[in-house]
Amino acid sequence: MNKSKNLISFLIFIAPSFLGVIIFVLMPFGDVLKRSFSTAITGQFVGVSNYKTIFQNQAFLLAVKNTLRFTFICIPLLVVIGFLIAWPLSKLKNAGIIKSIYLFPLAMPTATIVLVWKMVFYKQGFLNILLTKIGEWLGTWGMIQTDYLDTEAAFWVLVCSYIWKNTGYTVVLWLAGIAGIPAEFLDAAKVDGAGSIQRIWYIVLPNLKGSLYTIVILSFLNSFKIYREAYLVAGAYPHKSIYLLQHTFNNWFVNLELDKMAAAAICTGGFLFIIILLLQKMWDRDEAS
Amino acid sequence: MKKKVYQFAEGFKRKFIIFILMLPGFFVIFPIIILITGSVMDQYELKEYLNPIFNGFSDFISWKLMPDYPSFANYGKLLFMTPQFFVLFWNSMRMTACILAGQILVGVPAAWAFAVYRVKGSKILFALYVILMLLPFQVTMLSSYLVLNRLSLLNTQQAIILPAIFSTFPVFLTYGGFRSIPNQLFEAARVDGASERVIFFKIGLPLGKSGLLSAMVLGFLEYWNMMEQPMAFLDEQALWPLSLYLPQINWSQAGFAFCASVIILIPAVFIFTFGQDYLEQGIIYSGLKE
Repeated sequence: MNKSKNLISFLIFIAPSFLGVIIFVLMPFGDVLKRSFSTAITGQFVGVSNYKTIFQNQAFLLAVKNTLRFTFICIPLLVVIGFLIAWPLSKLKNAGIIKSIYLFPLAMPTATIVLVWKMVFYKQGFLNILLTKIGEWLGTWGMIQTDYLDTEAAFWVLVCSYIWKNTGYTVVLWLAGIAGIPAEFLDAAKVDGAGSIQRIWYIVLPNLKGSLYTIVILSFLNSFKIYREAYLVAGAYPHKSIYLLQHTFNNWFVNLELDKMAAAAICTGGFLFIIILLLQKMWDRDEAS
Repeated sequence: MKKKVYQFAEGFKRKFIIFILMLPGFFVIFPIIILITGSVMDQYELKEYLNPIFNGFSDFISWKLMPDYPSFANYGKLLFMTPQFFVLFWNSMRMTACILAGQILVGVPAAWAFAVYRVKGSKILFALYVILMLLPFQVTMLSSYLVLNRLSLLNTQQAIILPAIFSTFPVFLTYGGFRSIPNQLFEAARVDGASERVIFFKIGLPLGKSGLLSAMVLGFLEYWNMMEQPMAFLDEQALWPLSLYLPQINWSQAGFAFCASVIILIPAVFIFTFGQDYLEQGIIYSGLKE
């Protein structure tokens, strides 16, 4: 097929999608970039003052801190838990049902699960009943009525909720990675007398770097969706330990503080862009070597 | 003898691993059981169990796995006496269906273009698509708002549907399916004189449908659960999807909330049951690197 025909076919097939992307994403994003350097109402050029404002804004800084804390705790936790489940699972022949169990939370709408979370983490709820029972049985502590949703503990409720929802996703990605390791590698190591821990450390893990990058990127993306749980459990102004970037964006949006939103969108987008590029660079380098 | 002991030990180890791996199943099944039992409880019984939430005393809430007075009254009320519920249910259905249909019309050809026609610049364009797919809603919220405002679509369901149609995530997943078809097939068809259109419909779609179906399954679960977009762009409650309305039901109407939860859950469970293979495939495609 000649080059020009190739190009024409490409353009015909891509056109509807790319036009939509231009109209709904790229052009308005240019507008956002412009607005991030202008005032909200008059549209006057004000240089970087919007950026200065957001970085002096206590709510924004708190949100950045919490969001970073959340991702830095959740992602390693999810990666490790996922692997600890995927590795034994990869050796079982009929893993179908177990995989279904781990994947199911992904299908459960947030709105339905929040009702149950509220009952579990309520100060007179199931978790405290369980803890109190354990305390009575051990004879060490009495009634426990921690309010998990309105204290520092809210952060950990979100962490658990995130792990609960995303473990299946991670397990499937690890399993796909493990299935891609040539069996000869492992057999050869076994013949050479490597124990199972050694095999994991020297053969399996180095061969899973590609999966690791993917999992990190996708977990990062999914971590933004925890806002649904946070919002539904605690509303627009939750306990300060779970006040996330997403809350800030939403509250600015409600108050029509579009100049701040524009600057924050550019910063967050830019930050994510750099992280994605860095991860891909690392990945490429590993594949090359 | 020694071999037998070894086999027994291996078998035991295997069962033990399965047992350990099944344990978290409790955390998955527990919420479902709570929702189902709650939905078939008589309202007085439900109120009694959840009383501590209302009375301000410090006693614990309680629960029974088998309600003393099972009743479908709440389902009845919800389904036959709350027309508003139907409106919201159909809002969810309509928006999800329109988004998925639009994604097929727009996204599948785009995925095909990336997978089959290598032209100068297509790689860079694809990288752009990948980055757009990875940006969270909050980063694009303002830009979506600006364009929807300009097109005066705010507070209509098109405000939710149109931007979602041009999401690049399904393009990426469908691309994964098309890439799994060997290129020689297309070449052979071209030699035989097939047009590009015929190749797309007769070879590409049938052989690459796993990517498309994966995109649909993941898409359904995503848009059925949609909250951020309608919360930002729909003021009028009558336009909301069920997923956004449900959390507004307060504890005094807990019976309704449980029933509504179960009803929202049913289509998701249905898709999950029949589409689990595609869900897994989709997750794997989403992890593929170009």
